[in-house]
Amino acid sequence: MPTTRTRRRLAGALALLALVAGCGRPAEREARAEPVVLTVSAASSLREAVTELAAQYEAAHPGTTVRVNLGASGALRQQIEQGARVDVFVAAARGPMDALAERGLVDPATRADLAGNALVVVVPRGSRAVREFRDLAAPRVRRVALGAPASVPAGEYALEALRGQGIAAAVEAKAVYAQNARQVLAYVESGNVDAGIVYATDAAASPRVAVAAAAPPGSHRPIVYPLAVVRSGGHPREARALAAYLRGPRARAVLLRRGFLPPPAP
Amino acid sequence: MTLDWQPVLLSLRVAAAALLLVAATGTLAARAMTRRDFPGKDVLDGLLVLPLVLPPVVTGFLLLVLLGRGGPVGGFLERAFGVQLVFTVYAAVLAAAVVSFPLMYGSAKAAFQGVDRRLEDAARTLGAGEARVFFRVTLPLAWPGLVAGTTLSFARALGEFGATVMVAGNIPGETTTVPLAIFFAADAGAMRTAGAYSLLIAGASMVMVVGLNAWTRRRAPGWRRGGRPRA
Repeated sequence: MPTTRTRRRLAGALALLALVAGCGRPAEREARAEPVVLTVSAASSLREAVTELAAQYEAAHPGTTVRVNLGASGALRQQIEQGARVDVFVAAARGPMDALAERGLVDPATRADLAGNALVVVVPRGSRAVREFRDLAAPRVRRVALGAPASVPAGEYALEALRGQGIAAAVEAKAVYAQNARQVLAYVESGNVDAGIVYATDAAASPRVAVAAAAPPGSHRPIVYPLAVVRSGGHPREARALAAYLRGPRARAVLLRRGFLPPPAP
Repeated sequence: MTLDWQPVLLSLRVAAAALLLVAATGTLAARAMTRRDFPGKDVLDGLLVLPLVLPPVVTGFLLLVLLGRGGPVGGFLERAFGVQLVFTVYAAVLAAAVVSFPLMYGSAKAAFQGVDRRLEDAARTLGAGEARVFFRVTLPLAWPGLVAGTTLSFARALGEFGATVMVAGNIPGETTTVPLAIFFAADAGAMRTAGAYSLLIAGASMVMVVGLNAWTRRRAPGWRRGGRPRA
């Protein structure tokens, strides 16, 4: 049997726990008092661009907060399918968006292609292991980072390009599959892999990698970033306004400045 | 849905290799720490137990910094032997071993502390050498604790994810153990695959823990109550 003293101590510890656990509450209440919090789920390769656009939008619309949720397009699609409250979805490929559209989870009237991109091979700065795309199959390249093709569009595009060059099997045998496009970049930055296939914009965002080669033209489907308003968000009007802003000329200018291409013809 | 058994077999291999490492080092460390006193012992003990309470990602991050090509250990291995640890099955084994070590060490330490020193001294007065005392007296008395340690370490190694994904990455057939397969299957929306693997891991862990409890109760009733084993 616990003594009175232990009991008192236990009660004290519990009270402390309750206090700590309760700390989150007032902040939540404040957030609810704010007019709108919009959540944008965006492909990880859009990190800097979407963060900048969100800040611009917030500045132009006081009272609106834009939360940015980054990840692999396939993983973000899963979150939405599992019921996550998301207002706007920007994927790095048509597939995840098509899947949500088929289930009626996005508003088809709001769908538009935001931008395009290019695929490149990056190596740690200073490395000369890769000079052209086909060098990825060379034995001196021991580890190649790719996005996990089932959930990361960058990995899917990369696999298409590798297949197109007939070196898919050779590269897959030494591939380490990353959770999103940005993790591929991080793997190359650390020097723990010899090369990785990323978007041209990812490569430009990192001073620690060098572009060694571009994916041969036409070796993969055109890269496209489709956007749509998600129905689960609960702020349809505000979400549509944000989507319109992201499709608009100011956002396009930001995307182009950050190295994204105009969206390819559908 | 067809279940790929490759991650299951790989998990068993990685956990078994980690267990070999951990059983030996954990037992030796526990033995040394229960028989010797030295300055800084508490700190060393804390360091040995740290991976148990540290988030596995932190353990993985530290290993990555240490073992990566740019890190002190990884850089040396690369220059001296042209060997790379990160993103190999060895990194997966190491991650599983580091994370499961405290369970082995902790169980073994408790087991050795529970061994009545007078019994060991009695063996010594009867002329047994140190090795003989250890293998004929200490080890049999500490056995239940050591078995508990190996079982728990194995179960922990089997389920290791956070440190593994940081330092070993996701390489099918080489580092994609069941927990990683679950994570990437869920990301890709393969919920049935993720669910099947999860059930498998949960079932295996349950069998191990329940089996251990049953075995301990039958084998050493005195030990479980936290007292000294009956001689």
